[in-house]
Amino acid sequence: MVNSLPQTTSQTVGPYLAIGLTWPDAEHAVDPTHPDAITISGVLLDGAGEVVSDGMIETWQADPSGRFDHPDDPRGSVAAPAGFRAFGRSYTRPDGSWSITTLRPGSVPDAHGVAQAPHLDVSVFARGMLDRVVTRIYFSDDAHHTDPVMATVPEARRRTLVATATESGYRFDIVLQGVNETVFFDL
Amino acid sequence: MGRVNLPSYVPKDDGATPLDYPDYRSTALRHPKEPLVLLPQNLTEITGPLLGSERVRPEDADLTLRHDGEALGQRIIVSGRILDSDGRPVPDTLVEIWQANAAGRYRHGRDQWPAPLDPHFDGLGRVMTDSLGRYSFTSIKPGAYPWKNHHNAWRPAHIHFSLFGHAFTQRLVTQMYFPDDPLFFQDPIFNSVPQHARHTMISSFNLERTQPEWALAFDFDIVLRGTGATYFESEDPDGE
Repeated sequence: MVNSLPQTTSQTVGPYLAIGLTWPDAEHAVDPTHPDAITISGVLLDGAGEVVSDGMIETWQADPSGRFDHPDDPRGSVAAPAGFRAFGRSYTRPDGSWSITTLRPGSVPDAHGVAQAPHLDVSVFARGMLDRVVTRIYFSDDAHHTDPVMATVPEARRRTLVATATESGYRFDIVLQGVNETVFFDL
Repeated sequence: MGRVNLPSYVPKDDGATPLDYPDYRSTALRHPKEPLVLLPQNLTEITGPLLGSERVRPEDADLTLRHDGEALGQRIIVSGRILDSDGRPVPDTLVEIWQANAAGRYRHGRDQWPAPLDPHFDGLGRVMTDSLGRYSFTSIKPGAYPWKNHHNAWRPAHIHFSLFGHAFTQRLVTQMYFPDDPLFFQDPIFNSVPQHARHTMISSFNLERTQPEWALAFDFDIVLRGTGATYFESEDPDGE
């Protein structure tokens, strides 16, 4: 595009991101007292299998009816359910763990009208990462096999995109590199 | 449901920052080695959090006055616009910033190098852009600081910026540098960006915006990915 402006390039969040990016309610994409609130948690691991204790996970998702409180949704913007922000942010703790409390998203159609399985879009930031990486969280108790994005992922790696149900919510570990490396997307 | 017409954001420029950059040693174990899988831009990707002014207090726009006394250092005003690559302003979007103090020390438990902390400076700022995508905040010029990436490594002075834009696809975290910093040549984080694109991270001194007897001023515009649609200043914001 001849007349486009050059995009500002990404730089790492560095080790001190918590100074600028801390919100008291950051991990709560929904009010945690909401009766349908669920918690997704996991650890962030590097290519040596060591925990990443200075990273940040952000999530973005549809509401339980598959809608967005956003003017660019051509189906129309729908006000978010009470207490629901649809966006979560969690720093990794000294043990590499993170968690987001949210509502289960509904199914969202793709551009061809094909239903996508419920999912969250995820950004991962850390010292040592010059740009974010993007992944998705699907749910083990949904029919994610028919999802059009999942279908483009090599079969052996699809399980890295699936959060597994646990007694207290869902578990989703993120592996930046190596054996069991999480699928990351080019967006 | 039938086909839906969605905006589509242009790809990252060819000046995009690589994830694997051996000179910055910490990238070694923190970049994916498997090929990335193309993620089509569907509804989740072309929407995003529209975080509002509830995240921002008026005092968050002046990092020198967030505590009982005034922060030490060279006072600066940093201003600019958040735009997309089509030239459209990005209005009403949250800008989060953080930085070291004038001595180059961060108020963070993991920063223990022997430079003084300033009791009157915590290094946090937040502002919203206005209807024309403009932002401004007051701070002090951050100092350079050493790190252990290589022998005698120093980070050039910089301010961290975090931007959401209006879509998940536009999310950007970057660093603003100051003009003509003599430390650029040895900094692998700055130099990870291809040379032709490094200027996008460097602010410019603006004499007109300085305040006599009070503060220097630097301009820094940030450009997020646009949709590639032609933009005219007078256009109806809902039109194409």
